[in-house]
Amino acid sequence: MARLRNYLFVLPVLLLAAIGPSVFEMFGLVQISSFATMALAVLGLAFVWGFLGVLSLGHAAFFGLGAYAYAIAVINLGESSYAVVAAIAVPALFSVLLGYFLFFGRVSDVYLGVITLCVTLVLYNFTSATADPSYHIGAAPLGGFNGITAVPPLNWPGDPEAVLEVETMCRLCLIVLAAVYAGLVVLRRSSIGRIMVAIRESELRSELLGYDVRLYKMLGFTVSAAVAGLAGALFTAVNGYVGPSAFDLNQASQFLLWVIAGGLGSLAGPVIASFAFQYLSTWLGTTGVNTDLVFGAIIMLFVLLRLRERLPALWASASRFRRPGHRVSAFTAGPRALESGE
Amino acid sequence: MTAILETRGLTRRFGGVVAVDQVDLAVKEGELRCLIGPNGAGKSTLFKCLTHQLKPSSGEIRLGGRNLERLPPHRIARMGVAIKNQIPSVYGGLSVQENIWLAARRAHSGRALDRMVANALAEIDFDSDARASAKVDALSHAHRQWVELGMLLVTEPRLALLDEPTAGMTRDEMLKTVRIIRRLNEHSTIIVVEHDLEFISLLAKRVTVLHRGRVLVEDTMERIAQDPAVREIYLGSQWQPPAVNREA
Amino acid sequence: MDQTIVLLIAVANSVALLVLISLGLAVIFGMMRVINFAHGEFIMLGGYATVLAANHGVNLWIAMLLIAPVTVGLIGFVVERLIIRPLYGQIVTTMLATWGLSIFLIGAVTTIFGNTMLGVSAPLGNVPIGVYSVSVYQLLLIAITAVLVAACLYVLNRTRWGLIARGTVQNPAMASAIGIDPVRVYAMTFMAGAALSGLAGGLLAPLSGVIPQMGTAYIADAFVTVISGGSAMIIGTLSAAGLLGPTQAILSYATTPVIGEAALLLLAIGLLRVLPRGISGLWQGGR
Repeated sequence: MARLRNYLFVLPVLLLAAIGPSVFEMFGLVQISSFATMALAVLGLAFVWGFLGVLSLGHAAFFGLGAYAYAIAVINLGESSYAVVAAIAVPALFSVLLGYFLFFGRVSDVYLGVITLCVTLVLYNFTSATADPSYHIGAAPLGGFNGITAVPPLNWPGDPEAVLEVETMCRLCLIVLAAVYAGLVVLRRSSIGRIMVAIRESELRSELLGYDVRLYKMLGFTVSAAVAGLAGALFTAVNGYVGPSAFDLNQASQFLLWVIAGGLGSLAGPVIASFAFQYLSTWLGTTGVNTDLVFGAIIMLFVLLRLRERLPALWASASRFRRPGHRVSAFTAGPRALESGE
Repeated sequence: MTAILETRGLTRRFGGVVAVDQVDLAVKEGELRCLIGPNGAGKSTLFKCLTHQLKPSSGEIRLGGRNLERLPPHRIARMGVAIKNQIPSVYGGLSVQENIWLAARRAHSGRALDRMVANALAEIDFDSDARASAKVDALSHAHRQWVELGMLLVTEPRLALLDEPTAGMTRDEMLKTVRIIRRLNEHSTIIVVEHDLEFISLLAKRVTVLHRGRVLVEDTMERIAQDPAVREIYLGSQWQPPAVNREA
Repeated sequence: MDQTIVLLIAVANSVALLVLISLGLAVIFGMMRVINFAHGEFIMLGGYATVLAANHGVNLWIAMLLIAPVTVGLIGFVVERLIIRPLYGQIVTTMLATWGLSIFLIGAVTTIFGNTMLGVSAPLGNVPIGVYSVSVYQLLLIAITAVLVAACLYVLNRTRWGLIARGTVQNPAMASAIGIDPVRVYAMTFMAGAALSGLAGGLLAPLSGVIPQMGTAYIADAFVTVISGGSAMIIGTLSAAGLLGPTQAILSYATTPVIGEAALLLLAIGLLRVLPRGISGLWQGGR
C-alpha cells in the first residue's frame, strides 16, 4: 500500500482535469493550462536536482528551447504532432552535448550551476538580438525581443485543421502533468532511480561501487531537458506565443523558487508551489507591487528559514559540501573549511 | 600463488611532500596482508592510489597483470577492487539494506540479488527488519564500519582494501570484525591498514611496514615485532606481542 | 594601421572590463569560496550611487572613486552579517540566498528609482585616431584597472592585512588561536569585495548609464571569468580575462556582440573541460 501512496498526487490533478472545464470559465481554463505547463517544466528540475543532486540553474534554457522548437516547427510544418516531438528532441540533444562537457569534464557542482546559468543567459541574449526579419528559420521569423507570435495551437494528430479547443487543451495539459509525474515516480522507484539517489547521497561511494556516475547524471539531465522541452511546447501551444523571456533570469529563478519552496526531493511540492506562486505573481501584477521585491524576499526567507527548521536530509543533499553528521561552528570552520570534497 | 596486486615505484606527491615514495608491493592471491606504520606514513594515500581516488604521480599498478593506468575509479571498482575508507564512505541518509542493495546491484539482479543482500545482512548481524531499515547516519561508528564491510562482502571483490576497520571499536567489536574479515578472505585477497596490534596478530601472516612513504620492511608479524627499526619508529622499544587468543 | 590600433584598444578594453567586473567577485570567491549571485547588483548599486551623487552636484571623480565603493562596502557589511554568515560552509545554499538577494535588490531599486535609465556623461571627451574617434575615458579606464589590480596584489601579498586575511581563510582555528577573530576577517573580506564591485559600477556608470537590471548583463561574464581563473584570485582572473577578453573582442568585432558573448562562454566551457580547476589548476597540481 505504501507504493500506491507515492502516486496519490495524480488524483487531484486528474480530478481537476475532469471537472475543471465545468467550473472555470475560458480565461480561468487558459490560465490553468498555462500554469500546468509551467508545473510540468519544474518537474524536470525537481527531478534532476532533488533526486540526482544536479543543480541546473539554467533549466529555463531547456524550456525555452522546447518552446522555440515547437513554434518554429509548427509554423513550418503546419502540423503540431512532429512539432511536439521536435520540442522534446532539441533540448534533449542540447542537454547531451552540454552534459558531455559538464559531467565528463567532472566540473564541480558550483561551476555546473554557474555554467548552466550562463547558457540560458546567452540564449536570452541571442534570441533578443534577432529582431531583423533576416533572422528566420524557414517560414518562422525569430522576432527578436518580441518573439514569435501567432503560433498555431495543437491539433489532433493527422488533422491540421482540427485544432484542440480550450477545454480539451486544459485537460490535456493536466493529464500530461499527471502522466509525467507518475512516470518520474516510477523512475525514482526503479533501479536506475535508486542509483541516482545514491549518487546524490555520495558520489564517491557510488564510483567506488563501480557505477559510472557521469552517465547517470547525463541521463537525469537529459530527462529533465526532455520534460522541460515538452512543457515549452505545450506552453507555446496554449499561449500562441514564445519570446526571449522564456530564457531570462526571471524565468530561471521562478523554477528555482518553486523547487525550494516546494521542497527539494519532492515532486508534488514544487508542482503545488508553482501553481501557488504563479497565482501570486498574477495577483501581485494587479496590485502594482514589484514582483521582484516580493519573490526575492521569499527566496531569501525560504533559504534562511529552512536552515533553522533543520531539514537536514533535504539540505544535506542541496549543499553537498557539508560533511554528513558534522555540525560545524562558523567560528572555527569559516566559509572555506568544508571544501575538502572539491 | 600468483600476485594479484603489484605496484612498482608507486609514488604520490602533494606539492613538496612525497606521501608515497617508490613503493614496490606484491600481494599474492588469497593473501591477507597488513599494512602498518605511524600516522602520516602514507598508508591511506597508498590505498587511494590503488583505487584511483588519487592519481599516482608516477609508478605502475597492476591488478591481475593488468596495468591500471588512466582508468577512472569506477572501472577499477568493476575490475574487482573494493575499499573501506578510513572515514566510512557509506550512504548515510539511506538504510542499511539500501546500502547493501546498491553495492550488490552493480553486478546482480533479480532473485540472486535479493539472496546476496540477505546473506550479507546476516553476515554482519543486521538481518532483522528493524536493524536493516535503520538509517546508517544514526548508527554508531562501529556499526557504520560493519555496514561498509557488508557492502564489500556483497560485491565479492578480487581485492579488498580495508583502511582501519577497527578504529574506535571495543575489543568485542574488534573480534566480530575479525570474524567478518576472515569471511571476506574466503573469496577475496585483502590488504588491511591497522594500528590495533592484537588484531594484526590474529589475522595477518605477512606485514608490510610503511614509514614516511617508503616500505621499511616486509615480513611475518613475529619477525617484524623484533625488528629494531620498526620498534623504534612505531611499536615502541618496550612493546611485546600480545598473548594471541585464536578462538575469535 | 589605425584600424589595428582601434582593434587593439578594443581588445585591451575587453580585458580590462572583464577584470574590472570580476575583481570583487574574485576576491570573495577566492578567499571565502562564496558564490555571490548578487555581485551584479553590487555593481549596479555602485553605478546608482555614482550617478545620483554626481547628478546632485558631487564631483564625478569623488562620486566614482569614493562614494560608490564606500556605499556598496557598507551594503556588503549588512549582507554579510544577515545572509552570508548564517550560511557559512554551505556553498549551494549561499548561492541560492544571494540569488534571492539579487532579485530583491533589483526590485528595490526599481521601486525606489523607477525603471528608466539614469545617466551621467563620460568625462574627458574623445581623441581621434586616424578616422576613428576613441573615448579618452575608456583609455583611462584601462589604466585605472591596471592600477587597481596592482593595488590588490600589493595589499594581498605585501601587507600585514593581506597576510592576516589569507592566513585566516586557510586556517581559521589557527588564526583565532593567535588572537585574530576569523569572523571579523570574513566580514572585512566580503566588504572589500563588495566595495571593489561598487567601484567597478561607479567607473562604468559614465559609459552606459544605469538601470536596475544592468547587473544581469555583467554577471555571466564575471562568473565565467572568475571560474575559468580558478582559485588564484588575482592572477587567475587576469589570466582568464587575458584569454577570454581578446576572444570576445575579436569575434564581436568580426561578427556580432552576441556571437562574441557566446564564444566567451564556449571557450570557458572548453577550458573547464580540460582544466576543471580553472587556469589556476595549471600550477596547483590536483587530483
